[in-house]
Amino acid sequence: MIARLAPYLQAAPLALILGAFLLLPLAAIVAVSFWDYDSVQIYPDFITLNYVEALGSWVTWKTYLNTLKFVAIVWAITTVVGFLVAYFLAFHVRSATMQMVLFLICTVPFLTSNIIRMISWVPFLGRNGLLNTTLVELGIVPAPLEFLLFSEFAVVLAMVHLYVLFMVTPIFNSLMRIDRALIEAARDAGANGWQTLTNVVIPLAKPGIAIGSIFVVTLVLGDFVTVRFMSGGQSASVGLMIANQISLLQYPAAAANAVALLALVLLMVAAMLRIVDIRKEL
Amino acid sequence: MTDPKTNDPTPGLNRRAVLKGAAAAVGAAAGSGAVTGFPTIWAQNIKDVTLRQFGTGVSNLNAIADQVKKDLGFTLRMTALDSDSVTQRAVTQPDSYDIADIEYWIAKKVFPTGALQPMDVKKIKYYDQIVPIFTTGKLTPDSVVAQGTAPSTVGFVEGPGAKTFAKAPTEWMTLIPTIYNADTLGIRPDLVGRPIANWKDILDPKFKGKTSILNIPSIGIMDAAMICESAGIIKYGDKGNMTEAEIDTTIATLIEAKKAGQFRAFWKTFDESVNLMTSGEVIIQSMWSPAVTAVRAKGVPCVYQPLAEGYRAWGGGLGIGKNVKGLVLDAAYEYINWYLSGWCGAYLNRQGYYSACLSTAKQHMSADEWGFWMEGKPAASDILSPDGKLLEKAGAVRDGGSFEERMGKVACWNAVMDKDRYMVRKWNEFIAA
Repeated sequence: MIARLAPYLQAAPLALILGAFLLLPLAAIVAVSFWDYDSVQIYPDFITLNYVEALGSWVTWKTYLNTLKFVAIVWAITTVVGFLVAYFLAFHVRSATMQMVLFLICTVPFLTSNIIRMISWVPFLGRNGLLNTTLVELGIVPAPLEFLLFSEFAVVLAMVHLYVLFMVTPIFNSLMRIDRALIEAARDAGANGWQTLTNVVIPLAKPGIAIGSIFVVTLVLGDFVTVRFMSGGQSASVGLMIANQISLLQYPAAAANAVALLALVLLMVAAMLRIVDIRKEL
Repeated sequence: MTDPKTNDPTPGLNRRAVLKGAAAAVGAAAGSGAVTGFPTIWAQNIKDVTLRQFGTGVSNLNAIADQVKKDLGFTLRMTALDSDSVTQRAVTQPDSYDIADIEYWIAKKVFPTGALQPMDVKKIKYYDQIVPIFTTGKLTPDSVVAQGTAPSTVGFVEGPGAKTFAKAPTEWMTLIPTIYNADTLGIRPDLVGRPIANWKDILDPKFKGKTSILNIPSIGIMDAAMICESAGIIKYGDKGNMTEAEIDTTIATLIEAKKAGQFRAFWKTFDESVNLMTSGEVIIQSMWSPAVTAVRAKGVPCVYQPLAEGYRAWGGGLGIGKNVKGLVLDAAYEYINWYLSGWCGAYLNRQGYYSACLSTAKQHMSADEWGFWMEGKPAASDILSPDGKLLEKAGAVRDGGSFEERMGKVACWNAVMDKDRYMVRKWNEFIAA
């Protein structure tokens, strides 16, 4: 009897935690997304108006498009940068000690809060900021560059800065697990450096790239604080739209948007898992 | 004197007797005309009371809680939230607070839900001295009640339990006014390069990419309305209660300006507005008066510019939660009477706000302070903030002048509209555009 129960008991703690802290809140969000509301209260009900209003408005579509644009740009940049950094660490740095030291240096900025890391761009990029002052003093540009701050450029810059480590770490991990003999074998078989990279290293790094991509894509999709601060409130993202609705007490509308966003995130993660079978390759 | 919180009565007394005694003491206190002054007869009892107050950061000041402890003996515990959270908490968690420190437009949303109880003006010692803006709505007998949610329109109900607002002053007040001010645009006089006289100046192409307005829909829409009306784009029936067509026109104007690159950023918090102004990113924007003070405190010139069309005003007050009763209710009245009795008013006036009971506040301010803050006179000596920081050097004059000049030129009050939900949706379109 005990023996038969044992696997259930072993699974119970995780099931309870996931049930209480993931499934229940999710169920609550889904339920509330069908409720009615006015400016101060929400009322239990079953209406689809929240979805109709959310999906029927051009603001929503434009905001989703804008968010997806950020996702695409930030993902492309972090993947390239992340791969280059990880490749350097894994293949060019010879000693294991040095590898760890350099990797830890990569993580140093992440010891501060991500809000602080983001906000510190503001005085740097501003009209009278460090960068603009330097450029103007050196005579490189005649007047301060306005696009540096409170623009989409600033949003992308801050996001890349904030999220690139989520790409570096899993790729670095994947690269470290590549058997060095495979690279030697490739060279023995006559492959040049580029062919080794594209035929051996990148395919074997795929799980790392996939895991990093899941992190970056979900983080950017859900982001609101970076978009708000770096665009000076002038640009919209889905997360920001939800945050605005919550602050205006429109919980059902926010819940409906959250459900739509969740569906989008799940779709994108599913698509990535279709391309790379993480479980098989790990 | 018995202690109502004792759960473990001394031998010889049973629990019931203790409670009875406590109730009698409270009854006696309440019946004895508790408003005659303080400390009052149940002083030992009231020390055990903790009043839970929540509200926007503007008046949730630790100094006030400290002074309450000193003057009244009981504890005032304060929670500061942003105005949207305040509204929500006031309505949905009426048991989580005793005192709600809210703005009048919030009261318009909250009071009809029954979360607050009206206050008996007979128990408000300084009721007669409250600035008439909050009672009759008229600063002077011949002034006109401004548009929007004017405090006088939501200041009274017909009786205890009533949820609809009374047209004229009654015996039952919804909020006791505490703090209010007249808001306008802040400018950087060193950078704008020309005199600023109207709200529409924020749309001047000369300031392209150097302006900002605040991104709090219920307040931002009012600033936007002042701007549109000033620019001659539209004439509102009531800025505080727009029709859908009026909202459409206002938002369309904003979107057009945004697309043309007129705005540098939109701000949501006090600090953001200060940083935008100090760094020179923005040279003309909607601002709150302490933010102007904060910019100046950093040595950056900033003027709270009086404009021809007048000010957008706001006001807050203290309300009592619906379930507050007994000793706590007495303490709440005691606190409210203390609030109007002068120390607090002087404290608020010295920060550039206005207090509701000017006559008592005057007694707690020096003649020079009173002249500078309230009468628009040049400061005879340096003007210090309540915590002793230098705000203005001798000779300075307050932007906008005297109390009458500023509060007498209020064009509209912060408001909730009937078309609130529609307005918020359009506002989101503006931000996403």
